[in-house]
Amino acid sequence: MSNEQTAWEKVANMLRSRSLWMLYYCTGCGAIELPPTMTARFDMERFGIGPMATPRQADILLVTGYLSTKTLRRVVYSYEQMQAPKYIVGFGSCTLNGGIYYDSYATINRLDLYIPVDLYLAGCMPRPEAIVTGFNELMKKIDRGEATGWKNYQENHEWYRKNQIDALGEVYVHDEFHE
Amino acid sequence: MIITILSAITLLVVAFCYTVTLEGLARKIEARIQRRYGPPFWQNFIDIFKGLTKHSISHGFIFDFGVLMALGGTIATVLFIPAGSIVVFPGLDNVFVVIYLLAIGLLGMAMSAVGSGNPNASIGIGRALTQMLGYELPFMIVLLGVFFHYRTSSLSELVELQISGGSYNAWIMPIGAIVAFISLMGMLGKKPFDTFIAPAEIASGPLVEYSGKYLGMLLIQHAFATFIEIGLFVNLFLGGGRTLWEFLLKFFLVYFLAVIISSIMPRFRVEQAVKFYWKWPLILSFAQVVIVVFAMGR
Repeated sequence: MSNEQTAWEKVANMLRSRSLWMLYYCTGCGAIELPPTMTARFDMERFGIGPMATPRQADILLVTGYLSTKTLRRVVYSYEQMQAPKYIVGFGSCTLNGGIYYDSYATINRLDLYIPVDLYLAGCMPRPEAIVTGFNELMKKIDRGEATGWKNYQENHEWYRKNQIDALGEVYVHDEFHE
Repeated sequence: MIITILSAITLLVVAFCYTVTLEGLARKIEARIQRRYGPPFWQNFIDIFKGLTKHSISHGFIFDFGVLMALGGTIATVLFIPAGSIVVFPGLDNVFVVIYLLAIGLLGMAMSAVGSGNPNASIGIGRALTQMLGYELPFMIVLLGVFFHYRTSSLSELVELQISGGSYNAWIMPIGAIVAFISLMGMLGKKPFDTFIAPAEIASGPLVEYSGKYLGMLLIQHAFATFIEIGLFVNLFLGGGRTLWEFLLKFFLVYFLAVIISSIMPRFRVEQAVKFYWKWPLILSFAQVVIVVFAMGR
């Protein structure tokens, strides 16, 4: 992957790294560490990071905690609704290796087989300090133009889609919200 | 001709830069009220320009057209707000022109949001228009009192009459000014009247389907709309200003009063908001008009 940025991309990456809007997918217990990170004590908003209500407006997809085969479908849906450039942060050990439920038949063990993860925050749970450090690292990566998971997903879409189908059988969701 | 164009451009640049800076400062102030550090005051510029660099998705012609209509209608309305010494169309800046043109922006936004087909957007727009019904009524009644008192509805004339008369409308008709300020909170969508954006309930309502460049354009539109609404209040009740700086100072004070009140308030449901507007502000506005018509004379 080449690191050459044009002047326009440099400006754009600088802007993108300083205004990150998060969409969090809180099925796991990781969500409990987010309120202290956003409120008075650690105050994430001073880096321009804030919560956003919909996938269309968001820049970061924060996957907190472990995913089952049922929830992975929804994550893939939400990720594909987001607009590039978009970044995924895998939060906690569960997204790395399945966490304490690693041997269950329905647990997704490695998140980056299915969607491109730009940053992992290891730990069970990562404390607010770790989250803030991790987001600073992500900001630096975006500024340098190295957080290119979204390009990776476009280029290797067939590989990701094959993995998704292997795990899920079918990616499309059939319920009353997705018809 | 050239002077008109130059002053129009100056007004737009001043309106954009000043309002977006104030929005950033408002986030900082709100953070300090909550004992946080808060983002830098230029954060809103970064948000807008980042939005413009992102990829974005369209939901059809109506969706695109509505965004342009909202932005264009709002920019056109800004030109009719006299800002201290900058008056783009002297003699034409009637309050009714502003109110009608402002509706173009709102309706463009409504059309575009409903065009996206998202149910949250439709709910948000429904709430926004319902709430508009709530705050417009007391606001318009107070305005009629003001027009009756000065026998004119031109903004720049009202400003001149207030300055030459030596006292602002906020002192002459304080009840009306309070009612207009409560209506202004509803117009700005500040708490407790922010039912229609409510991020936690309806996923930011009308804005739910806007991504990247569309969102950037709508944030610019929002900045201009804020400028119009507060500019209207400053001109009508605080006597505008002799110079641009006086106008901007008054604008700052009104905006920060709204922000500070908003940051300590919870949220009304939409029917509570309308019920509220049609109870106390409406009664007070009638009382103000009765005082203006029968007691103040002319």
